[in-house]
Amino acid sequence: MNDAMLDVRDLRIGATAYPPGEPPREIEIVHGVSFTLEKGKVLGLIGESGAGKSTIGLAALGYGRGGVEITGGEVWVNGRDILKGGLRGLRQLRGAEVSYVAQSAAAAFNPAKRLMEQVTEAAIHHNRFSRSDAEARAVALFAKLGLPDPETFGNRYPHQVSGGQLQRAMTALALCPQPDLVVFDEPTTALDVTTQIDVLAAIKEAIRDTGVAALYITHDLAVVAQVSDDIMVLRDGDMVEYGSTDQIINSPQEDYTRALVSVRSIEHAEKPPTPDPVLRVWGITARYKGTPFDVLHDVSVDLHPGQTLAVVGESGSGKSTLARVITGLLPPRAGGIEFAGRTLSPALERRTREDLREVQMIYQMADVAMNPRQTVGTIIGRPLEFYFGMRGAEKRKRVKELLDEIEMGDGFIDRYPAELSGGQKQRVCIARALAAKPRMIICDEVTSALDPLVADGILKLLLDLQKIENVAYLFITHDLATVRAIADSIAVMHRGKVVRYGPKSQVLNPPFDDYTDLLLSSVPEMKLGWLEQVIAHRRMESAGN
Amino acid sequence: MGPALKLVAQRVALGLLLLFLVSALIFAGTQILPGDVAQSILGQSATPEALANLRRDLGLNEPAITRYFDWLVGALQGDLGTALTNGQDIAKSIGGRMKNTLFLAFWAAVIAVPLAIFLGLLAVRFRDRWPDKLISAVTLASISIPEFLIGYVIMYVVGVKLRWFPSVAMINDSMSLGEKLSSIAMPVMVLTLVVLAHMMRMTRAAILNVMQSAYIETAELKGLNRFQVICRHAFPNSIAPIVNVVMLNLAYLVVGVVVIEVVFTYPGMGQYLVDHVSKRDVPVVQACGLIFAAVYIGLNMVADIVSILSNPRLRHPK
Repeated sequence: MNDAMLDVRDLRIGATAYPPGEPPREIEIVHGVSFTLEKGKVLGLIGESGAGKSTIGLAALGYGRGGVEITGGEVWVNGRDILKGGLRGLRQLRGAEVSYVAQSAAAAFNPAKRLMEQVTEAAIHHNRFSRSDAEARAVALFAKLGLPDPETFGNRYPHQVSGGQLQRAMTALALCPQPDLVVFDEPTTALDVTTQIDVLAAIKEAIRDTGVAALYITHDLAVVAQVSDDIMVLRDGDMVEYGSTDQIINSPQEDYTRALVSVRSIEHAEKPPTPDPVLRVWGITARYKGTPFDVLHDVSVDLHPGQTLAVVGESGSGKSTLARVITGLLPPRAGGIEFAGRTLSPALERRTREDLREVQMIYQMADVAMNPRQTVGTIIGRPLEFYFGMRGAEKRKRVKELLDEIEMGDGFIDRYPAELSGGQKQRVCIARALAAKPRMIICDEVTSALDPLVADGILKLLLDLQKIENVAYLFITHDLATVRAIADSIAVMHRGKVVRYGPKSQVLNPPFDDYTDLLLSSVPEMKLGWLEQVIAHRRMESAGN
Repeated sequence: MGPALKLVAQRVALGLLLLFLVSALIFAGTQILPGDVAQSILGQSATPEALANLRRDLGLNEPAITRYFDWLVGALQGDLGTALTNGQDIAKSIGGRMKNTLFLAFWAAVIAVPLAIFLGLLAVRFRDRWPDKLISAVTLASISIPEFLIGYVIMYVVGVKLRWFPSVAMINDSMSLGEKLSSIAMPVMVLTLVVLAHMMRMTRAAILNVMQSAYIETAELKGLNRFQVICRHAFPNSIAPIVNVVMLNLAYLVVGVVVIEVVFTYPGMGQYLVDHVSKRDVPVVQACGLIFAAVYIGLNMVADIVSILSNPRLRHPK
């Protein structure tokens, strides 16, 4: 017995792996992790995908997702080893003493039920509060979390509120039964930066006011630095470093932690615009078929040869639609596209093969952008065959060269996508785009689904390839750190309009327009107290207005 | 209620259109049938004059389109014509038969639908364990055996050996409800066995599909037990597919009971139809076809409407 709220000792977690072409086998995914959490404290669990952080978080509720099972160790909650109480004991614990905030609130809420019913369900089920008390608590939590019309907010269905509001409602759901511990599993990852900052502040305030202990799981060190007292760095199911937030951020001991802290430190000096842009997009106005409103309004941008134009904006800003217009998938209602001095047909069907070859695309989800039944060699060889008529040994030789260029080596030529890591898959997609020898590549959120260190590798590769091949990138992203790392010029998009456009040095420096200012100041910085500063600053400004 | 109401109105309009097309098809179908109504009434030995007279009396000399609309307008007003064989008013004789068929279908549905859904929930609760496998095996076996065979087996065991219920399911208006129920007990058993498997399998599949969702995990992490998770969180999201298959089976209970009615000599629509098909009584066949089509289309329309109304996005737009 000790008086820690949560005491995890030598936790071991196993799962069944299904490697392609081999029989399933048991593997261990968390190898003996220990930590303690006192009442009212927040511990950040940080690591890349596969580090086991969510798995450890769920173990605090005695829960294993899919085929995951806790195979060893102890999990003490309030002086009781929860792994010894059986399923009945766990059910008494879940939703009462320990509750969980999922990453995607949009998926974690039942679409068929009103929010109030879902938020109060655990509190009522465990007889912690009567229905009327639970509902009063929920309304108070809605108000505390800054939700609109807290009195009636609960009457709505999940699809009737925004993503940021839903994430706050999820926090209310977790706090409603008055638990001793809340596990936050990437609660702001799916949100836009300008929304994330508000949700983050709301969560932090709620944790402080209710005195609940929390496990805060994220891959974003800058985010966890704002909310936690201690941080544990995890990698491949092992603890790498465990210390106070101040120590981890300001004086990390391990190389891996240092790499995480210094991630996104690529320096890229911007190149000046040239007189002849490779791509001129002017006056584009577009809407999707059967919808009554335009998603792009009068968008004009230029892309210069061998340079990168970053199109940055939040979800719904129209940045991906712009890519669809340029590729010809969505013919615009007005405006035109000029490429390498000639006018491109607005419709894909009427573009020549040469037009198609010169504009290539790389997608966010490398997984679904490749045929899982084709080998790497076939995938990369396809454009060689299609555009240049290469066959046999000639094609294979060129594929090997391309594999070399993406720093993978020709050993991968006969592998299938399922055998590759996320970063390797994205590299194969880059090689496939390069195979066509394009003048321009549209990169649509190509690093968003990757871990920060892997994403860094991809960005470096793209920059190197740009130098060698003199290819221009239209780089679509919501991530400002990526923009800083790679762009020569930037177009900031908001609600279908370009609100700010110019060379990087000009766009990212004051004087700002309101939206760009909001966007830039919302990106979490890796320093303690950043969140409080920004919030205080904003409150002061809005008081001044 | 904006979008939901609009969709419901669309479904109703489509249902009516479909019914109209089906009526045309039924009419056309019976016209193409070989043989001549007048001939079949009067027999081979009829004189040409007698045939011509009868044709004129029956309106058979009018163009088909006129006869079709006469028939349709009559049907809409409840006048289904007179049976050729016995000269009786079809609407009148069908009325009583229909009541009997609906009575049988109603009690079969009252037992089969809740039972099927409950068994489906149970199968999900004990997924891949013995209760699930037992439920699946029994229901699949019962759907695989021809229904007349199940009918005779049950009749032999329950009616002849055990003597619990009468083996002939005759009912009439002078019987009390209890007597009627006892009389239809065996056909209800057979029908239940026949429709159970389909509905139970669909309930199981639809709920298992929903059980993969993230909100099921949320419910489990609230500490609810498995049955609460299934009933409160999974079931409300699987209503649409379940209702669809339930309605198909209800339609089957009304229009598909021909075999069972014959086996148990039950005085319902099915037997009435079989009697008159064998006598080539075209107006009766048309009337029965129209009623069966209306039941089918009506129940499917209800299924569509329930699906629309069970979708919170349509019921409560932003």
